[in-house]
Amino acid sequence: MEKITSLADLKRIKEQVQSKIKLREQSASAEKLVQIRVGMATCGIASGAKETMSFLIEETEHQAIDAVITQTGCMGYCYAEPTVEVTLPGRQPVIFGHVNRERAREIIDRYIIKGELIDGMIPVNFKTIDE
Amino acid sequence: MSDYNMQILICGGTGCKASESEEIRNVFNDLLGEYLLEDEVQVVTTGCFGFCEKGPIIKVLPDNTFYVHVTPADVDEIIREHLVKGRQVERLLYRDPHSHEVIHDSKGMDFYKKQIRIALRNCGFIDPENIEEYIARDGYLALGRCLSEMTPEGVIDEIKKSGLRGRGGAGFPTGLKWEITSRSVADQKYVVCNADEGDPGAFMDRSILEGDPHSVIEAMTICGYCIGADKGLVYIRAEYPLAIQRLKVALDQARAYGLLGRNILGSTFGFDIELRYGAGAFVCGEETALIHSMEGSRGEPTVKPPFPAESGYLGKPTNVNNVETFANIPVIINKGAAWFSAIGTEKSKGTKVFALAGKINNVGLIEVPMGTTLREVVFDIGGGIKGGKKFKSVQTGGPSGGMLTTASLDTPIDYENLQAAGTMMGSGGMIVMDEDDCMVAIAKYYLEFTLEESCGKCTPCRIGNKRLFEILEKITAGNGKEEDIDKLRMLSHVIKDASLCGLGQSSPNPVLSTLAHFEDEYLAHIKQGRCPAGKCKALLKYVVVEDKCTGCTLCFRTCPVGAITGERRAPHFIDQALCIKCGICFEKCKFDAIELA
Repeated sequence: MEKITSLADLKRIKEQVQSKIKLREQSASAEKLVQIRVGMATCGIASGAKETMSFLIEETEHQAIDAVITQTGCMGYCYAEPTVEVTLPGRQPVIFGHVNRERAREIIDRYIIKGELIDGMIPVNFKTIDE
Repeated sequence: MSDYNMQILICGGTGCKASESEEIRNVFNDLLGEYLLEDEVQVVTTGCFGFCEKGPIIKVLPDNTFYVHVTPADVDEIIREHLVKGRQVERLLYRDPHSHEVIHDSKGMDFYKKQIRIALRNCGFIDPENIEEYIARDGYLALGRCLSEMTPEGVIDEIKKSGLRGRGGAGFPTGLKWEITSRSVADQKYVVCNADEGDPGAFMDRSILEGDPHSVIEAMTICGYCIGADKGLVYIRAEYPLAIQRLKVALDQARAYGLLGRNILGSTFGFDIELRYGAGAFVCGEETALIHSMEGSRGEPTVKPPFPAESGYLGKPTNVNNVETFANIPVIINKGAAWFSAIGTEKSKGTKVFALAGKINNVGLIEVPMGTTLREVVFDIGGGIKGGKKFKSVQTGGPSGGMLTTASLDTPIDYENLQAAGTMMGSGGMIVMDEDDCMVAIAKYYLEFTLEESCGKCTPCRIGNKRLFEILEKITAGNGKEEDIDKLRMLSHVIKDASLCGLGQSSPNPVLSTLAHFEDEYLAHIKQGRCPAGKCKALLKYVVVEDKCTGCTLCFRTCPVGAITGERRAPHFIDQALCIKCGICFEKCKFDAIELA
């Protein structure tokens, strides 16, 4: 990795990373690209988030769904772990709670493939620093 | 893609469920069928919106219309007007409580969000093991600005203006702490991050380190620049393996990008961070004990002054801040002190992260502006008490804190108000208790914790807490005397006055606080031999209600100690001398013929 040696450098890298994300979102396949984040803090992992994540990876691969699946920290909904956030192209992110294997399958079959909402999704109940 | 044009989201949180949200869903399903809209409109039940006081709540997508206080009788109008004709049902829209204006447009639909995530801004958004995701969300930008555009004094001034106070519990002004350390003259200074989170039920620091480790690294580096330190240390408990691992990955990445090390971002400033592991002793969260533990000595507190700002780690000036305090720093630099200080109350600025636990529906991590009321936290964000039970109190501040009762429900939460209410902010654990929790037993639980965690240096703390605990044991066993209450009070004050560190000085707080608010419960144990919450086993008495007992012999056969006697088809009898209060008879009886007296 090349070192960042100035503030201008840092800003350039920030833009590069941001445009990399944009590029991914606007690429030819973007219409189909699904972004999935799995809450992988200690609480999530203790509730089975690792199994959920590997199932999501296997199943999206198996069904040839174009998805980027990453881990993230605690979303704060400890009562509903494991939690998973799904962003379909052009839509607001949606958070699902209590995502075990069966529920992960339901999310893929109903939300990701058909775009139907599913009972028990968690409304975002906080503001961000940019609002 | 989906064939649905519209979606109706019905809040299925416990609060809304209690006010007919399920019935509303059923009516929607029935009527959509009648209007032949069932293939176009999908009805979904969601988790809690965090706005329970206005429930039941319904949101219509895609236009984001937000309806409050909806009843099953309103459903027909919503379908006819909104779904068919595309006209909002004005009378069900939310009215701004100040301007009384109806909120129509979807952009103004965030009013129900009582949380603002500053310290948790990246938790649950970025991959904590990928520095690029942090950089994409303005990561290290604040550091860059500090190093190339601001003087250390300028940065300290900004932090002072922001009004940020220590989030570890005591609430000391952060900017002032930095200034004092910066003025200490020495050949070497240190920045220490206190990640020794030890209150029972508190886990916000762990979540920040696991979800956003770079924010702490960036802030520590900024602090180093301000106070003139080139070395940072994170004191973290070894019980947090995932947080340690993520920190290590983050440190390696920051070094690889040149954001730690020499000549950071082309400046002359250099900084690096090491980890120090704690063995999980509660007292090591106290800064002098923490420093001794890092030096390899026993984790025991020492007298202040000298403060760490003058003589800390290895005798050098040391600035100790908590994880959450650090996590706020980059945002203050990026958004400005004015932005930050606009949030919160007069003397407590910004937000506070709380770990909601106990008898509450939405157990979890929340971040609210200072000044939010306990009622909003418990009943809106927390979704109310589990199982529809009655709210009794909230314990804040961990073993050093105290109880907030129904009387404090509408008090804005900030450092001063909590202190005035006889408790403290602490690190941010909030343990919610309901009518089934015995306050004497709770005080005993916290004392048991302090007993184990007292380092033993000061006699009042080491022996005094033991004596307090014994008195509480006596009371919960039904052997308390009225004079015990005075003894508890007197001993508590001695321990507070005569202990060296914060642990001893605050250890009797749970006793004093429960005594202040729930003395009647203590007296019920002592005078009437009764535990109002039904928690203290020794005071429970199971008896047979003769009218209801059919003489089926089920309890007789299941009692493990043979305390129940009686003939078939005649009322049974429980021998109190033999009964061990296991409650099996109470659970097994099919006729409710066994009661707790």
